[in-house]
Amino acid sequence: MAVNDTLESTHKIIESAREQQPNLNPLAPTVNDFNQELTTLNLGPTHPATHGIFQNILQMDGERIISGVPTIGYIHRAFEKIAERRPFYQITTLTDRMNYCSSPINNFGWHMTVEKLLGVEVPKRAQYIRVIMMELARITDHLICNGILGVDTGAFTGFLYLMDEREKVYEIYEELCGARLTTNMGRVGGMERDLSDVAIAKLRAWLKSFPAVMREFEAMFNRNRIFMDRIVDVGAISAERALNYGFTGPNLRAAGVDYDVRVMNPYSSYQDFDFEIPVGTKGDTYDRFMVRNEEIWQSLRIINQALENLPQGPYHADAPHFYLPPKQAVYQNMEALIYHFKIVMGEIDAPVGEVYHSVEGGNGELGFYLVSDGGRTPYRLHFRRPCFIYYQAYTEMVVGQTLSDAIVTLSSMNVIAGELDA
Amino acid sequence: MADQNESIPAQEQAAAQDPAAQKNAQLLALLHRLFGADAFTDVEEPYGLLTATTTREQIHGIIEGLQKDEEIQLHFLTTMCGMHWPEKKDQELGIVYHLHSLTQNIRLRLKIFFPIADPVAPTLTDLYSCANWMEREAFDFYGIIFPGHPNLMRILNVEDMDYHPMRKEYALEDGTREDKTDLFFGR
Repeated sequence: MAVNDTLESTHKIIESAREQQPNLNPLAPTVNDFNQELTTLNLGPTHPATHGIFQNILQMDGERIISGVPTIGYIHRAFEKIAERRPFYQITTLTDRMNYCSSPINNFGWHMTVEKLLGVEVPKRAQYIRVIMMELARITDHLICNGILGVDTGAFTGFLYLMDEREKVYEIYEELCGARLTTNMGRVGGMERDLSDVAIAKLRAWLKSFPAVMREFEAMFNRNRIFMDRIVDVGAISAERALNYGFTGPNLRAAGVDYDVRVMNPYSSYQDFDFEIPVGTKGDTYDRFMVRNEEIWQSLRIINQALENLPQGPYHADAPHFYLPPKQAVYQNMEALIYHFKIVMGEIDAPVGEVYHSVEGGNGELGFYLVSDGGRTPYRLHFRRPCFIYYQAYTEMVVGQTLSDAIVTLSSMNVIAGELDA
Repeated sequence: MADQNESIPAQEQAAAQDPAAQKNAQLLALLHRLFGADAFTDVEEPYGLLTATTTREQIHGIIEGLQKDEEIQLHFLTTMCGMHWPEKKDQELGIVYHLHSLTQNIRLRLKIFFPIADPVAPTLTDLYSCANWMEREAFDFYGIIFPGHPNLMRILNVEDMDYHPMRKEYALEDGTREDKTDLFFGR
């Protein structure tokens, strides 16, 4: 009685799911076969292997996934709405909490958007410091992603080694902005403080010690037979489908499309640096892993170049209307006090206009679409969050695969819940 | 016609100065050739990004044509988002599309506007798989309905929410408070 009823409704779900995703999986059972035993599995919302709060309701036939329905929004904090009431410099803290594995990239992406709107030219030194910080952020982002992929395949060691390195990068962040995870780094118009000698010393020490660790990590994973058997050809997506799904970043490059915002629309002096864009061929989990590893090496190249050629000069633009003056100056200097007051009280109007600016985030093209009506706050601010757009493809990528494959696919896509739900 | 003749030399002058403006002028010429000059209004280039407004009747055909066009290959939907302008009579709601050609490296911003009483816009899910969640987000935030969307339900907010929170009538702070005026903080 009841069992058959359940099955009937289940088959309806499968049928509709198959209609949406035709011919993807020859292994999925036929709908008419009532002897199939199907299981509904709630993967998430708080599953340790999803690395974030999102749910997938999976229809399973034994170990095989027949269909899936992703549910997101568990940590939706209405950033776009909140941003409509915040002055520009207070929105930086919202961007921190999107992709919190690489907050500096979000911070500077937002600052650059506002600078583009205001027409502020940032000095070279500030641009180079930003590049160094953004590439450090990219490295930590990729370290977490690849380390977690190791954890999900049963290798905890690599992750622990890499966490140690991330800690050292966070110490460099601390030198520059005082914070570690949600950095709120920089200001509209440049940096809030210069790269200190301590920071440079720490950076140089890390640049010397990190490659050995990375080589060790790669030696442990890259050609590891067990690891490769687990992830080669798992969760593959073709370049065409990836483009149709709006993939960007390492996930798109793993599918073989060499789109990188840093090269195509250089910002913050990326055109000054010599680096390569690694691409994969199959778009599977192994390709994503390898692309991220190679990007870490390329980021190191960029950091080394930026540090060697770090220009002298001011570390922020001469834009007193928008750049918050140093606190000491506010207490002692009349002009600084006036500007501080005007900025904080929102007495300064921004130009009317709309601007789209995008940066290469840790996991793809992070875009900011800002509409200003001349007021103190954005009229409308839309974040193009790469995760939100490419996570849609997850169901299509895992249907027909086993549950354990779905887990590694999810890890390798680098979906960050904070960015997904914004 | 006289207007067109006057505008062409102006475009050429801009094109000679800046390669980005040159690309935009080419793209605009292509748009006019493919879909007719009447299809686009309010053509601007804020911060170097070609922006045009069209109608909701034409937007699907335009985006499909641009996706299939061999010359420009605008086949990447970067993002799309809803907008709300309560002051614009019968054009209160809008959608902004950002398209990107990865081969030509040129971006295009298209907008449509329609009355809030009739918040219906064509779905792009038949062209772009990524439009699925973007449209769900626009529905969730602004109540824009996309007929033909495979699964038009709220995505980020809870299912039983009975309003669309990004519309401008919902102030972020409690609108019933009288002890705090809104003169100085935001709008």
